Amino acid sequence: MSASAVFILDVKGKPLISRNYKGDVAMSKIEHFMPLLVQREEEGALAPLLSHGQVHFLWIKHSNLYLVATTSKNANASLVYSFLYKTIETTDSKILQEYITQQSNKLETGKSRVPPTVTNAVSWRSEGIKYKKNEVFIDVIESVNLLVNANGSVLLSEIVGTIKLKVFLSGMPELRLGLNDRVLFELTGLSGSKNKSVELEDVKFHQCVRLSRFDNDRTISFIPPDGDFELMSYRLSTQVKPLIWIESVIEKFSHSRVEIMVKAKGQFKKQSVANGVEISVPVPSDADSPRFKTSVGSAKYVPERNVVIWSIKSFPGGKEYLMRAHFGLPSVEKEEVEGRPPIGVKFEIPYFTVSGIQVRYMKIIEKSGYQALPWVRYITQSGDYQLRTS
Amino acid sequence: MTDSKYFTTTKKGEIFELKAELNSDKKEKKKEAVKKVIASMTVGKDVSALFPDVVNCMQTDNLELKKLVYLYLMNYAKSQPDMAIMAVNTFVKDCEDPNPLIRALAVRTMGCIRVDKITEYLCEPLRKCLKDEDPYVRKTAAVCVAKLHDINAQLVEDQGFLDTLKDLISDSNPMVVANAVAALSEIAESHPSSNLLDLNPQSINKLLTALNECTEWGQIFILDCLANYMPKDDREAQSICERVTPRLSHANSAVVLSAVKVLMKFMEMLSKDLDYYGTLLKKLAPPLVTLLSAEPELQYVALRNINLIVQKRPEILKHEMKVFFVKYNDPIYVKLEKLDIMIRLASQANIAQVLAELKEYATEVDVDFVRKAVRAIGRCAIKVEQSAERCVSTLLDLIQTKVNYVVQEAIVVIKDIFRKYPNKYESVIATLCENLDSLDEPEARAAMIWIVGEYAERIDNADELLESFLEGFHDESTQVQLQLLTAIVKLFLKKPTETQELVQQVLSLATQDSDNPDLRDRGYIYWRLLSTDPVAAKEVVLAEKPLISEETDLIEPTLLDELICYIGTLASVYHKPPSAFVEGGRGVVHKSLPPRTASSESAESPETAPTGAPPGEQPDVIPAQGDLLGDLLNLDLGPPVSGPPLATSSVQMGAVDLLGGGLDSLMGDEPEGIGGTNFVAPPTAAVPANLGAPIGSGLSDLFDLTSGVGTLSGSYVAPKAVWLPAMKAKGLEISGTFTRQVGSISMDLQLTNKALQVMTDFAIQFNRNSFGLAPAAPLQVHAPLSPNQTVEISLPLSTVGSVMKMEPLNNLQVAVKNNIDVFYFSTLYPLHILFVEDGKMDRQMFLATWKDIPNENEAQFQIRDCPLNAEAASSKLQSSNIFTVAKRNVEGQDMLYQSLKLTNGIWVLAELRIQPGNPSCTLSLKCRAPEVSQHVYQAYETILKN
Repeated sequence: MSASAVFILDVKGKPLISRNYKGDVAMSKIEHFMPLLVQREEEGALAPLLSHGQVHFLWIKHSNLYLVATTSKNANASLVYSFLYKTIETTDSKILQEYITQQSNKLETGKSRVPPTVTNAVSWRSEGIKYKKNEVFIDVIESVNLLVNANGSVLLSEIVGTIKLKVFLSGMPELRLGLNDRVLFELTGLSGSKNKSVELEDVKFHQCVRLSRFDNDRTISFIPPDGDFELMSYRLSTQVKPLIWIESVIEKFSHSRVEIMVKAKGQFKKQSVANGVEISVPVPSDADSPRFKTSVGSAKYVPERNVVIWSIKSFPGGKEYLMRAHFGLPSVEKEEVEGRPPIGVKFEIPYFTVSGIQVRYMKIIEKSGYQALPWVRYITQSGDYQLRTS
Repeated sequence: MTDSKYFTTTKKGEIFELKAELNSDKKEKKKEAVKKVIASMTVGKDVSALFPDVVNCMQTDNLELKKLVYLYLMNYAKSQPDMAIMAVNTFVKDCEDPNPLIRALAVRTMGCIRVDKITEYLCEPLRKCLKDEDPYVRKTAAVCVAKLHDINAQLVEDQGFLDTLKDLISDSNPMVVANAVAALSEIAESHPSSNLLDLNPQSINKLLTALNECTEWGQIFILDCLANYMPKDDREAQSICERVTPRLSHANSAVVLSAVKVLMKFMEMLSKDLDYYGTLLKKLAPPLVTLLSAEPELQYVALRNINLIVQKRPEILKHEMKVFFVKYNDPIYVKLEKLDIMIRLASQANIAQVLAELKEYATEVDVDFVRKAVRAIGRCAIKVEQSAERCVSTLLDLIQTKVNYVVQEAIVVIKDIFRKYPNKYESVIATLCENLDSLDEPEARAAMIWIVGEYAERIDNADELLESFLEGFHDESTQVQLQLLTAIVKLFLKKPTETQELVQQVLSLATQDSDNPDLRDRGYIYWRLLSTDPVAAKEVVLAEKPLISEETDLIEPTLLDELICYIGTLASVYHKPPSAFVEGGRGVVHKSLPPRTASSESAESPETAPTGAPPGEQPDVIPAQGDLLGDLLNLDLGPPVSGPPLATSSVQMGAVDLLGGGLDSLMGDEPEGIGGTNFVAPPTAAVPANLGAPIGSGLSDLFDLTSGVGTLSGSYVAPKAVWLPAMKAKGLEISGTFTRQVGSISMDLQLTNKALQVMTDFAIQFNRNSFGLAPAAPLQVHAPLSPNQTVEISLPLSTVGSVMKMEPLNNLQVAVKNNIDVFYFSTLYPLHILFVEDGKMDRQMFLATWKDIPNENEAQFQIRDCPLNAEAASSKLQSSNIFTVAKRNVEGQDMLYQSLKLTNGIWVLAELRIQPGNPSCTLSLKCRAPEVSQHVYQAYETILKN
């Protein structure tokens, strides 16, 4: 079962727009939402699910908007949250354009028909798409999530990869994507050869991919939506050497100063270069008069986030850089205790995947028989990359 | 041109102007006016006065205008039901429009208009739309059926829409199938009586096919519906699982969770030896882990569900500890949930890592999180024995931080650790005592006092420490007061010479100066114990306590199984069954996991009819009073390891209640019965229902005795049976039975003194029971009972006492006291003493109720060897307040439709089938509280056979 009604509220809780789906929960109940939210927040017991009497509110916040679903039944919570997020995403924007037309008069005159996408088996692609040049761009993006404790031991290291497609193809093309998937290699007997393969731990697909086919013989076959979309994501928890390793010493001398020393090391192939590296180091919120010294790049104090950001435009593999920072501390210490936020790192390494995943082929078949070109790009970037400080 | 201009008019007299514009001849002007009306409506202005004018614009071939008018209708039809009828014609017409978009729009709007009066006009158009050639219209109509059902269920059933919906499951279009399933599930959820989702293997096959082809939302509906299906055997379960597992690779977390639900449920039917079972277990872990990369709200739902899954099948995620490590920027609700799961997964293999993490968390800044982390360390110590020492030293490190709430939380958990590993870590007591002054939370103070009392002999200045608390005794919370009382008594028993004054002081504070009955009663118990027999007191108060169990925070297994059936839903997030938070509970069905079966039949109906005689029901004697008192004395700290305080108090009440308010009077002058040598406090505070061995010899089954002496004017009365044999009660023998006569219930007792001394001062108390039975008057034995004398007493009972569900339902625990001692026994009362005189239901009502009660609640029984004809049975039953509502003869069988009502207002409907010449008859019972059926059946059998 799903939500009874969905609301979009402004930051003060005023409904901007709403849709009553079932009519079994009075629309006025939404008035209770904001007071309840405020109350829970004050109690420190805020959760994504709030209840007021018989009405349950499932909500998410998106910039300055609250998206709230109401129900009085035992609704499917994960369905409702996914739906609310989908409302924001509007991923298949091409499809939306079919509904939101600029010229409303069109429908009056023409012999209007149901957009085929609402009932078709292929709900994500419309018929009759045409391109002069048929192309597919494939982006293989790997994000590295890392959690290191204060002693420098790696608690968690995982790779979350996504394959994004940009599709400019005419008609109803059938696509097949070939990866160096270890399970597939074992199935087809390719594993013996010197082909390097990758073991994907958990793979998730866009709804266009035929899941039962994948389950059977690991074939990734699909009719793609038009334009941009995320074809699949995968996860690997194989331990890899952290790509950028940070050692830090943060010495706090109460009432006088903080001294920070950060050493960053690129632990990837020498041929590769990490771009746009940003290392954010936490400093106490009452620190003042920053002074920096860096061996490369530049450091900047961002008081509103209580961090120093050390930016290095290009960071080749195997190199090691150093930054020192010095802050003054007020002689009168403030009362409340501060948390110990971790050091965060952002980076991007093009033409490289940590996992070693490769696109072996992309077959494109359309009944009109056109030739289409696939283009592949690889990139590795930081995901949730945290090193705790002591 | 933007549409924002519609929102800017705020002139006065606007309604009037709009009215004029709406009635304009010019199409353009009309449309503009409707737009303005809708704009006003959206910003919350009341434009309902324009209803007739707007509805007049409905007949148009302009789709845009039509949509706006429909939007208006949905909003205001309810407040203007008479006007809404004006719209009916247009609906009917629009449902036949050549444009499928208009047909669908009309049928969708119809479903949203919740006006009783017009619903019946909409049946014909809806019927057509359900069979429309366009799948878009069909799928919209399917949902409309569910909406209509919510407004008028009877109408939908009478019109046969439910059957049409069922047919749509076989529709060629997967989206139509998904919507039909969604509609049926929705209806079935609120009306469990309808056998809507009695799916068969063919329809399951259709659903599984549609699963591969429909949208993500449709897939969720189908999976949720599949989860309610009960495969006939393990092979079918496996084949469904095989076809559902590919969904685990879907990008939508809701699809994944619904698939997990189906798999978790059907796995129950698979044998663990099966290779497939292992494969499935392995397949479940990765998608569950991936759910943790979703958005925080979805993560939260996933974590709440993983919490259930790790309790049900810990093997799935046992190697995945690391993914539950808390990240700095996780929202607090995610952090707390991760912590909980970490403890559940903690084992010897990963404990070092877990502890390092917990220690890290305990030094964070969020107070709630820190507290929970400290508690978690204590729970680890209790759960993983090998780690206890490390946990304790970690806790000591934390105490050294002197952060107030960390210290208090640490002391609370150390108390639990002491209860798990007594006499092992008392070396830390000195450190704890240093922090005595900083404790300001009741729970921490109580824990500290408990520790001091428990280890009084090793703490040199225990008396001083406790005395320091005594100064502000009346300002302390009850928890602390109770604890202080017990601790000082313990101290006194350990060091009697120095502490006499102290104990006097606390006893007088507790008994004389306190208004709290719990405290007073406990004070009196101690006082009398100490004054009469200090040795016995020592045995009671200083008795060896049971070790606390390692997992007190686990969800109770039947609830866990039920929640597994609700994976992904609100119930799984709240960890409560839907009946606890969904309104009305209009026939809420408790779901349960399928039974593990071999490839054979069974699994058909959960409640199979019992055959033969009812199970043995000998009255049980509760032997050791010590158990009850033990609770009173020792379990005042509540359930170990941070249970919620609510649970604590209710559990305690259950135990204390047996002694009721009249504890003082129950306690005789000679407390020899208290504290036998075999005194052991039970592990939990609840009163066990079946303590002690049943008494063999003199007792035969209450209901098997056939020499009934039924009275004409009242219900059947069973002969007296011995409830408390003399050997168990120091010479007092009690036998008795229950009667119901002209509306009043009584307990007929026969007390026999088989001892050598005279018995006086009789009193009686009941524990709380399922139907609130309680003595309506005191037990009056006028003269002292001499040896070998017997006295008969009829004790009137009321049904207004406190209610607590007992197991079995008709179990009654009784305490009887005389000058010698207090004795406890339990007995089962026949349910028909609760059948009230006005239990005859009206025929119409009977029919409606019978239909309304879900079929799952129906129970069927055979009554053998009962050669009565319909009239005789009917009149026999009538004298016990089972009323025949109607009689029918079907194919030579007599069908009696009967009703009865229990004292608490529960109706039970019955169908009794009697076949002339056949000594067995069949009894079908339907009741909203199906747990009474078994007992009603027994009452029938008893009445009919006597």
